[in-house]
Amino acid sequence: MAFEDQRTTVYKVNPEHPESETLPTLRTEELLLNMGPQHPSTHGVLKVILELEGERLVKSTPVMGYLHRGVEKLAEDGTYHQFIPHTDRLDYVCAMYNNFAYCRAVEKLLNLQVPERAEYLRTIVAEVQRIIGHQFWLSAQALDIGAMTVFFYCFRDREILLDWFDELCGARLTTSWYRIGGVERDLTPALIDKLKQFLDYFPPKIDEYQVFLEKNRIWLGRTKGVAVISAEDAVSFGLSGPVLRGSGVDYDLRKYEPYSAYPKCEFSVPVGKNGDTYDRYWIRVMELYESVKIIRQCLEQMQEGPIMADAPSVTLPPKERVFTNLEAMIQQFKLFSQGFDAPPGEIYCGTEAHKGELGFHIVSTGGGKPYRLKIRAPSFIHMGAFDHMARGYMISDACTIFGTYDIVMGECDR
Amino acid sequence: MHPLLLRVQHTFSVGVTNASEWRGDVSVTVTRDKLREVAQFLHDDPGMDFDYIVHVSSVDWPDDEERFEVVWEFYSIRKRQRIRLKTRVPESDCVVDSLTDLWRGADFMEREVYDMMGIRFRNHPDLRRILMPDDYTEGYPLRKDFPLRGKGWRDTFDFLDEVPR
Repeated sequence: MAFEDQRTTVYKVNPEHPESETLPTLRTEELLLNMGPQHPSTHGVLKVILELEGERLVKSTPVMGYLHRGVEKLAEDGTYHQFIPHTDRLDYVCAMYNNFAYCRAVEKLLNLQVPERAEYLRTIVAEVQRIIGHQFWLSAQALDIGAMTVFFYCFRDREILLDWFDELCGARLTTSWYRIGGVERDLTPALIDKLKQFLDYFPPKIDEYQVFLEKNRIWLGRTKGVAVISAEDAVSFGLSGPVLRGSGVDYDLRKYEPYSAYPKCEFSVPVGKNGDTYDRYWIRVMELYESVKIIRQCLEQMQEGPIMADAPSVTLPPKERVFTNLEAMIQQFKLFSQGFDAPPGEIYCGTEAHKGELGFHIVSTGGGKPYRLKIRAPSFIHMGAFDHMARGYMISDACTIFGTYDIVMGECDR
Repeated sequence: MHPLLLRVQHTFSVGVTNASEWRGDVSVTVTRDKLREVAQFLHDDPGMDFDYIVHVSSVDWPDDEERFEVVWEFYSIRKRQRIRLKTRVPESDCVVDSLTDLWRGADFMEREVYDMMGIRFRNHPDLRRILMPDDYTEGYPLRKDFPLRGKGWRDTFDFLDEVPR
């Protein structure tokens, strides 16, 4: 037969003993399965070559780079300010935190102090972004493994925050609101009111998300004891964020290398025990409560003050002045066309984004452009542990593992 | 001087070519032949205890005699400290020792450095391109002599004539 498939003949019972249904006479072979590059649960374009024994994963080889845009090369060609919108496109689900991580790295290079109000604003918006990120993660992970309802509930609440972003900076996803030395604009009283309303509205909704999952047998069956990674392995692989904390390693840069307004806030870092998908889910849900706490404290503690550092040679002048004042316009033009003179040197600055440690390693030789800019993307590093975590589980668990990493290919491939 | 730097310099009297601290970042440069030894020391010594690999990066300095610089960044979960380890590689012999057996996460990170900068890692279990296609032949994109626009591969595409209906 022209279309005879080997696989159809594999499971025929041995003709010499037609009555026997025992397995030893069956011919078995490993099956290669390409998952992706177009697959709804890979969260972008990612291919994984799965070697299967039955339905068990024997080995998996991630094939990445479908979304590689050469962001690190582009960084070498533009000024420091011009790179901010590029960072939006790394992890396009959580643009604010990328801006934040990048601006912090450049400020470390310049040794620039950010005014206190700006620090509070940064922390508030970063935590709002963390809530959005975790909502997105929860909805995607639940959808991937068959719980669709949570998706709608999460997106309903996420929409409120995206509209809030829209009002804050004019964009819902690619925000570019952070600036080197501060932030682009202040929160208006209306925005603060809306945020306060949301903080009262949101915690009961987190309980609501949990109602769908906490006692759902399918959810528990597909998350408990799936993709277990020990603390030692997780550290050795360089995992970070909730994926590392799920294995019981207490590593959160907000706590141990505190930055911005985090040291002034009281919050706890949830740490898991078993290192399975369920623990990582639990950590992220707990972090939603913690984020609400942090935003509340920041709103209470925040005082009036400047939102941009007083360093005219580096920071951009306010937009109103650019449109009305000649000097300010010239300054803006010079900053964008030539950039500021960064001191020669080399820094690494890591920031706890909601996926993990997002770091920027910048090498400067002076002048307005970075000589080399390396992005430490948590998604990329988590993919390095994929083979280790997937080994021995079922094919359908591969989707669970993508979900539990909270992978975004824009960041993974850069 | 930072106590970590003193400790490394004291342990390796030869091999450490530079030790510095800038903006709070501690950084050690070692010669290529001592790299493996120093890394082992950073990983195993109880006072160092760098069990967590942060990232591997590379820098291209085309005018220097030893053109490439490979940068590792380590963190210690228990001691809460960071260190940066650097080494230089000449273009003619573009190989360094792989550290994958000490930190398993170095696997993908070193593959990325190989893909982007063309530095080979000795004893790496699976040294292939990772972000660029496997059959990419135009070189290593993050080298300074690689143009930002690429090497004109797209310009060689044939234009399709409009098909008459």
